Amino acid sequence: MYEILYREDLAPVTKLIEVKAPLVARKARAGQFVVIRVNEKGERIPLTIADFDREKGTLTLIFQEVGKTTMMLGTKRAGDYLASVVGPLGHPSEIENYGTVVCVGGGVGIAPIFPIARELKHAGNKVISIIGARNKDLLFWEDRMRTVSDELVVTTDDGSYGRKALVTEPLKEMLSAGLKPARIWAIGPAIMMKFVSLTTQPFAAPTIVSLNSIMVDGTGMCGACRVSVGGQTRFVCVEGPEFDGHQVDWNLLLERQRIYVDEEKRALEHWKDHGCGCDDGC
Amino acid sequence: MPREQIERQEMPTQDPQERIHNFYEVALGYPEEVAKLEAQRCLQCKKPRCVEGCPVEVPIPQFILALREGDLAGSIRVMKTKNNLPAICGRVCPQETQCESMCVLGKKGQPVAIGRLERFIADWERSTGVQKPEIAPPTGKRVAVIGAGPAGLTAAGDLARYGHKVTIYEALHAPGGVLIYGIPEFRLPKDVVRSEVDYVLSLGVDLVLDCVVGKTLTLEDLFADGYEAIFLGTGAGLPMFMSIPGENYNGVYSANEFLTRVNLMKAYLFPEYDTPVKIGKRVAVIGAGNVAMDAARSSLRLGAEEVYIVYRRSRDEVPARAEEVHHAEEEGIQFKFLTNPVEIYGNDKGWVRGMRCIRMALGEPDASGRPRPVPIPGSEFDMEVDNVIMALGTRPNPMVFTDALGIERTRHGTIVGDPITGRTTRPRVWAGGDIVTGAATVISAMGAGKRAAADIDAFLKGAFTEADWHVKKEEVPAAHP
Repeated sequence: MYEILYREDLAPVTKLIEVKAPLVARKARAGQFVVIRVNEKGERIPLTIADFDREKGTLTLIFQEVGKTTMMLGTKRAGDYLASVVGPLGHPSEIENYGTVVCVGGGVGIAPIFPIARELKHAGNKVISIIGARNKDLLFWEDRMRTVSDELVVTTDDGSYGRKALVTEPLKEMLSAGLKPARIWAIGPAIMMKFVSLTTQPFAAPTIVSLNSIMVDGTGMCGACRVSVGGQTRFVCVEGPEFDGHQVDWNLLLERQRIYVDEEKRALEHWKDHGCGCDDGC
Repeated sequence: MPREQIERQEMPTQDPQERIHNFYEVALGYPEEVAKLEAQRCLQCKKPRCVEGCPVEVPIPQFILALREGDLAGSIRVMKTKNNLPAICGRVCPQETQCESMCVLGKKGQPVAIGRLERFIADWERSTGVQKPEIAPPTGKRVAVIGAGPAGLTAAGDLARYGHKVTIYEALHAPGGVLIYGIPEFRLPKDVVRSEVDYVLSLGVDLVLDCVVGKTLTLEDLFADGYEAIFLGTGAGLPMFMSIPGENYNGVYSANEFLTRVNLMKAYLFPEYDTPVKIGKRVAVIGAGNVAMDAARSSLRLGAEEVYIVYRRSRDEVPARAEEVHHAEEEGIQFKFLTNPVEIYGNDKGWVRGMRCIRMALGEPDASGRPRPVPIPGSEFDMEVDNVIMALGTRPNPMVFTDALGIERTRHGTIVGDPITGRTTRPRVWAGGDIVTGAATVISAMGAGKRAAADIDAFLKGAFTEADWHVKKEEVPAAHP
């Protein structure tokens, strides 16, 4: 069992928890993820590591409440426990001094882009960051991103804060104006990563994305997380989560993410109908 | 009745029409009288060949003798001198190709039902309270066992009995490995696995769950922690696919994913349990091993109307146990032999709609010694299916190797392990089970765990040192997937 030490509401549906998992924190690096289970009857789901504290032995996880599992997770408070926290899984981001890099974080993807931007900054890169969300309420960690970025652009789809734009717009302007970043990292919803990749492709700007596929074990056993990259089947859990955005078959990824849409609805309804508030998933 | 006139006793099973609607165990086990009657058939050979057919060398005539004399406690005690997991072996071992294939009675008629007797005696013990065996005095030596599957549990149990302090590290949230994620409830109930795991733990073995060696902890970490020997029983990993078009459509599963959802995550109890699985009306399972049978029979129980086993060779080459094939046929699984998929096609929403197959003929023997299946040109035909489950075997998981320098691997990605001692090319590290042989059987993994435990014990007791470390690099032949 893994104790939650701290919890914060970053937005109405975006929550942050800090979990005690000393062995995982000891090894965690930017770009990696964990697989968690909320309770005994719960699913195993991957969550990217937003931050870690080796001294305290904690991991920071940020998630958006979209289905039953994340909603159940959202009911957890400091002092509650998670049934499993497994990791750190996947390969860490390849951090070097590349020169100039761009970090793009969309929505809940701002969380995992933060430690990558921080490491890139530490490695001596000039870090230009673009973070965006649908609206002001969904935006978080602007201050933290500012501390690790040489430049920071903030966008909202509806213009309720920052520039009214999708994250791809300032990115396209920068590239059109002649910016030649050595690498671009983009993390967010698959559809955002798809459009970032489409935006950067004509400029031949190397673009790394962190794929959020469905997983079960997360350790290379089940193959649920398979994606097509450069025409080859790859496993996100052991070969990813980062891949070349220009090589990813985005439509396939988007379709695979929707496999259990109906079941997710059913699970949520079942929980709402039968849930007694004890959050045991009954 | 004279011994020669006793027929091999059938084991009662759940009625096929009933069992296809539930996940309860299919085979119900012998009642005591029937077990004793079956035990009468054993000739008590002076040189028992059956024992030669058993990878863990269970003293078969002795346990059967005690059983037929009514000394059930004695029978299980004899059994457990060699086998820590008899309730599991009695259910999932391929006895017909191991102990029973060697039985003298099998020459002219039916061999003694050794597996069913093993199951009987193990179940008797579970229902009356499990005895604890003698454990050697503590040696003060610590051993880490990686993976709580059949190889790891066996090695851990033996090492504990030798007096060493053992900790098992398991990546999943429950111990058992393939016994818990792979083999369905109707063939191996999870409470049977749980009670055999509890038995191993009762010998003083510690278990750490949710810990991925290679990621959460490295081998270096474990050595630094004071472990003097490490046994790797991490099993097979990445599922294999066919590399045909359409393989990533929604509704195409690897057998590993499908069975993990159903068994470990209990998708058959969705939405009480949170993990779903998608089952359509028509399911095609590709492959004909035990895993394929498990996937096909699970699909049926989850509500599929038609379930096909699609296999590129003929009935004679089917690698699954005869009993599993028989049970599958009884339940209405349809076998499509000499058939191989060439493409999976889908609808505009990315879901499987059907599968294009080609008919095969058998040619000259291939490297496996079996006739090579050859496609018959122009024989393509389509099957309408909503699910395709690939049960083609697995290749070793790369995870544990991210740090394991000095451990040589074969070109197939498996660990080079000495087939007798289980030693790897890195001193103090042993390996056994699927990670060495590629996908094989529960009992062969247990045999490997047992042999490695004996070698580890010898090492820890000073019979040889790191300077004497040598590995016979004989490639262990893998069982057919």
